[in-house]
Amino acid sequence: MIHPIPSGTRDVLPDELRELRAITDAMRTVFDAHEYGEVATPALEYETVLTRGDSAAADPAYRLFDEHGNVLVLRSDMTIPIARVVATRYGTASPPLRFSYIASAYRAVKQHRGQPREILQAGIELVGAPGPAGTAEAITVLCAALDAAGLDSYRVGLGDASLFSRALDRAGVHDTGPILRELAAGDMVGLERELRAAGAVELLDIARARGGVEIVPEGEPLREVYELLAEDVAGRVIFDLGLVRTLGYYTGPVFEVYDAAFGSPLGGGGRYDDLLGRFGRPLPACGWALDVERVHAAALGEGR
Amino acid sequence: MRIAVPRGALFKEALDVLDGLGIDTAEVRSNDRKLLFEEAGLITMRPSDVPTYVESGAADIGITGKDVLAEHPERNVYELLDLGFGRCRMVFATVEGEDVATEALRRLGIMRIATKYPNIAASYFESTGRQVEIVEVKGSVELAPLTGMVHGIVDLTATGTTLRENGLVVREEISVATARLIANPVSYRVKAAEIDAVLEKLRATHA
Repeated sequence: MIHPIPSGTRDVLPDELRELRAITDAMRTVFDAHEYGEVATPALEYETVLTRGDSAAADPAYRLFDEHGNVLVLRSDMTIPIARVVATRYGTASPPLRFSYIASAYRAVKQHRGQPREILQAGIELVGAPGPAGTAEAITVLCAALDAAGLDSYRVGLGDASLFSRALDRAGVHDTGPILRELAAGDMVGLERELRAAGAVELLDIARARGGVEIVPEGEPLREVYELLAEDVAGRVIFDLGLVRTLGYYTGPVFEVYDAAFGSPLGGGGRYDDLLGRFGRPLPACGWALDVERVHAAALGEGR
Repeated sequence: MRIAVPRGALFKEALDVLDGLGIDTAEVRSNDRKLLFEEAGLITMRPSDVPTYVESGAADIGITGKDVLAEHPERNVYELLDLGFGRCRMVFATVEGEDVATEALRRLGIMRIATKYPNIAASYFESTGRQVEIVEVKGSVELAPLTGMVHGIVDLTATGTTLRENGLVVREEISVATARLIANPVSYRVKAAEIDAVLEKLRATHA
């Protein structure tokens, strides 16, 4: 008998699970060594809690009702649940607070794209450690986790979620919506059209800039982050001034992990200094999540 | 670097662009069955498959039409450059004479539209406040209104000859599409120098 499972979900059998476990065990060792205590939170949250963190957080997710008619949502990442934990369970604890997790997150998928609905994530949240030192620590732990997973040729793309908006502001552009939409969509042709219409076509060079630290303007927070990185970590960094992440809560430096052996980013993160405040404990924070199955696929690809 | 090249209407001009980059396209030009050209770093496919291969990382960069990209905006690829060639119009057309589509909309409140571009057609009519029923077809769209199956079509046209020969007239122009250079988001970062060198050469010749 063949019984179907929902598209975008899958069974993991012993051979693969053994390899995935080797990766998560190695990452857990790194989290322990850096004193990031592991937490688990419910897969189901109230919709109102998720949307408090990010109005779009419950958008790509699964909703259901409990027996009282409350709307529940399968979490789409671990950042907002941990922000809730910090506000409710660590209301008076003195920062910084360090948390790690290895947990599944749930996303809606587009048809016929081979996307998973259930993603195994490994990640950290560093709460109450402001940038640039906090950001540098998060990137350092990120590289340690990737090293431990056995990846050789990964790179960390580093940008700043606020950099392009600030440049637009300086250029006197007020209607930034269409411009930022094209940038987020990765449509450089559309971006050029919108910037030209706004009389700020010179900003195209910023959006296109990828490379070493020399492309980062003096006085940008990214430079301070970079100076705090150890040599081996700094050697992994590619600056990308047009980098934007799709989640709405990022406020400063953001990063993504790339490996030439895999066609999509392996994970990413950044600073979200306003998020905790929305839950009543205003603390600066940053964190990241890696897609464990993508890390595994990249490790296999590198070995080829 | 591996480059995805569209066969079909964009093929010849895409190969000319690659020649300009110093890539040897002689073998591709002389062989229309083979798909993978390892030595030149080229793979060939129909234009609508280019974003799929580039998004997955099977190709680092590729050339495809804006019509394909607009039909699948959810594809996670970087659109780097308007190459300018392969200029086509996306149009709404009906059988010449009385506009049966407008009449259907007036009497029935809805019109039936055949297209190979269901997303573009649906969002165009939605944004102009008209209700439509989309009928997706794979082959010659012009046939659909001639047989009475639909009231009108949304399709891509370069010269308008096929529409005219089948007795159809353009009622509205939706957008203009040209060939675009696209890149995989990971390649865009880890092969930034190579991709920027390509862009610089292309901008110099296309500007």
